[in-house]
Amino acid sequence: MENTIISLRNAVVEYDGEKILKNISLDIIDKQFVTLLGPSGCGKTTTLRIIGGFAEMASGELFFNGVNIKNLPPHKRQVNTVFQKYALFPHLNIYENIAFGLRIKKLHEDEIRKRVGEMLELVNMQGYEKRSINSLSGGQQQRIAIARALVNRPKVLLLDEPLGALDLKLRKEMQIELKRMQQDLEITFIYVTHDQEEALTMSDTVVVMKDGMIQQIGTPQDIYNEPKNAFVADFIGESNIIDGVMHKDFLVEFAGKNFVCVDKGFEPDEPVDVVIRPEDIKVVTQDKGAIVGVVENIVFKGVHYEMTVDALGYKWIIQSTQSEEVGSVIGMNVTPEDIHIMHKSEAE
Amino acid sequence: MKTPRALAIPYAVWVVIFTVVPLGLVIGFAMTDPDGKLTLDNIFAMSDYMSVLFRSILFAIIATVICLILAFPAAYIISRSSAINQSTLIVLLMVPMWINFLLRTYAWMTLLEPNGLINKLLGLIGLGPYNLINNSGAVILGMVYNYLPFMILPLYSVMVKIDQSVIEAAQDLGSNKARLVRKVIFPLSMPGISTGIIAVFVPSVSTFIISRMLGGGTNDLIGDIIEMQFSGNSYNPHLGSAMALVLMIIVLFMMSLFNQFGSEEDVVL
Ligand SMILES: Nc1ncnc2c1ncn2[C@@H]1O[C@H](COP(=O)(O)OP(=O)(O)O)[C@@H](O)[C@H]1O
Ligand SMILES: [Mg+2]
Repeated sequence: MENTIISLRNAVVEYDGEKILKNISLDIIDKQFVTLLGPSGCGKTTTLRIIGGFAEMASGELFFNGVNIKNLPPHKRQVNTVFQKYALFPHLNIYENIAFGLRIKKLHEDEIRKRVGEMLELVNMQGYEKRSINSLSGGQQQRIAIARALVNRPKVLLLDEPLGALDLKLRKEMQIELKRMQQDLEITFIYVTHDQEEALTMSDTVVVMKDGMIQQIGTPQDIYNEPKNAFVADFIGESNIIDGVMHKDFLVEFAGKNFVCVDKGFEPDEPVDVVIRPEDIKVVTQDKGAIVGVVENIVFKGVHYEMTVDALGYKWIIQSTQSEEVGSVIGMNVTPEDIHIMHKSEAE
Repeated sequence: MKTPRALAIPYAVWVVIFTVVPLGLVIGFAMTDPDGKLTLDNIFAMSDYMSVLFRSILFAIIATVICLILAFPAAYIISRSSAINQSTLIVLLMVPMWINFLLRTYAWMTLLEPNGLINKLLGLIGLGPYNLINNSGAVILGMVYNYLPFMILPLYSVMVKIDQSVIEAAQDLGSNKARLVRKVIFPLSMPGISTGIIAVFVPSVSTFIISRMLGGGTNDLIGDIIEMQFSGNSYNPHLGSAMALVLMIIVLFMMSLFNQFGSEEDVVL
């Protein structure tokens, strides 16, 4: 039943001779919440602007429901955008801002009033019709920007860091509301953020980007549990990334010891990145630990303690439900399933 | 001690010396006869010049409209170009303004004359010579040429502040180019449009050099008639002041009408 609504093929974007997007291919499944995640400057906005029709590709194709729309101007595309800086019309009141797209479609005034009313209700801003844009807070402006886009019932909604300017509490609220809207309205959302937590909690599919390239596409669980490379592992939540050597299938050496692991298919004695999540490390007594280190500091995080442990110069981050003395020597164990072996990425 | 009031004194003095006193003198001259007696005859004498006054206003309106039509796309294009191109284009726009006004208008005379440059060039391809000078068209051309930058600059300065993402939002919501201009760029440029209209209309309606040099004596404007009252054979500063006063009142009246219209427009949109 899964239906690809947008398909980007080998997209290359250049500015001033510099490649900003390097051959990006991406299929967006209809009615999904898809997030483009990556550090600032990695090309998320540019990818969104290609889909919206505001950026040109040096090469590549863009399909919408199987039709190539590469050369279609923005006003003819069945997508709408929630811009990073809201971009509301300062000369129009809130009602007219939301009605803008409907007036272009020449809908009857009764229909416009009904739909604008519905949208104001959806974003919880009833009674604000006559207010001017300048009288609104950032959060309210964002709601109007969302309403202005959604009122057109687009097949796909593009959102460029829509919550970036909001404070933490408001951001959490809006995350829940946006997810609810997306599910209720059954619209495809393509959502840009550099906040990994936001990406993991809201998305059906996460697209991790770096330096104009896609690193990994998958469900939040895939991305978190099976990161494809050290960059993804590090970007998605905290990770310990240690240099290691893959002696043979299922045997890796790091931190001065050999460990059994579940990965295979590497060159003999290939240098690799070993990734271990902080919550996957078990603290044991010194004599029972495969790795031994000194606790350097410990911070209480509410559900668990987070400590930094120095072992042979590498600072391990460990999450544990029990506290340890700073300066004490502890042992650490990790099960084979929790050792993730990755090729060294060529980009670094 | 310096209070804000004390700081305002230099400006107040300035305004009194250069605005209130001259205005008082104009009103004084307009309301008296050569013997110094109060009279309204000078004002009533204006009725002989109604057709000139009407022509001045008409020409100024035409020139202003042409300037607006030319300046709007020009200012928009400048405002959307890169920062370096913006400053280059603005400087290029201002360079002619550094040349003396008389000289610039003389230049047009030599271009437009029956054996001027344009007719010579046309002659090379077997056309003309055409009557390009000493008609109303040449006067309006002179106004448009001289005052076009006064329209472009204020338009540019408001347009450059329009956020690119607002323009993209309009396109995103389905606006084609025409609709984008009509529903977004035009209303957001309104302050620049009204400033530009005033900046072109006021000097156009009161000019006398342009009409004298390019109009050939058959297209005198109210500015020419006023100027004659002060320097010509028909020396009569009382009538001249009355004309200046009436012109000023008409201009103020039109501007306030226009501003009224402009601000209502803002609310409706
Ligand atoms: N119009 C442009 N001209 C030149 N460089 C640009 C332009 N837009 C974006 N870039 C560059 O492209 C890169 C990616 O930008 P962007 O897509 O905005 O990244 P992100 O949204 O992931 O932060 C950045 O290095 C940025 O400086
Ligand atoms: Mg961005």
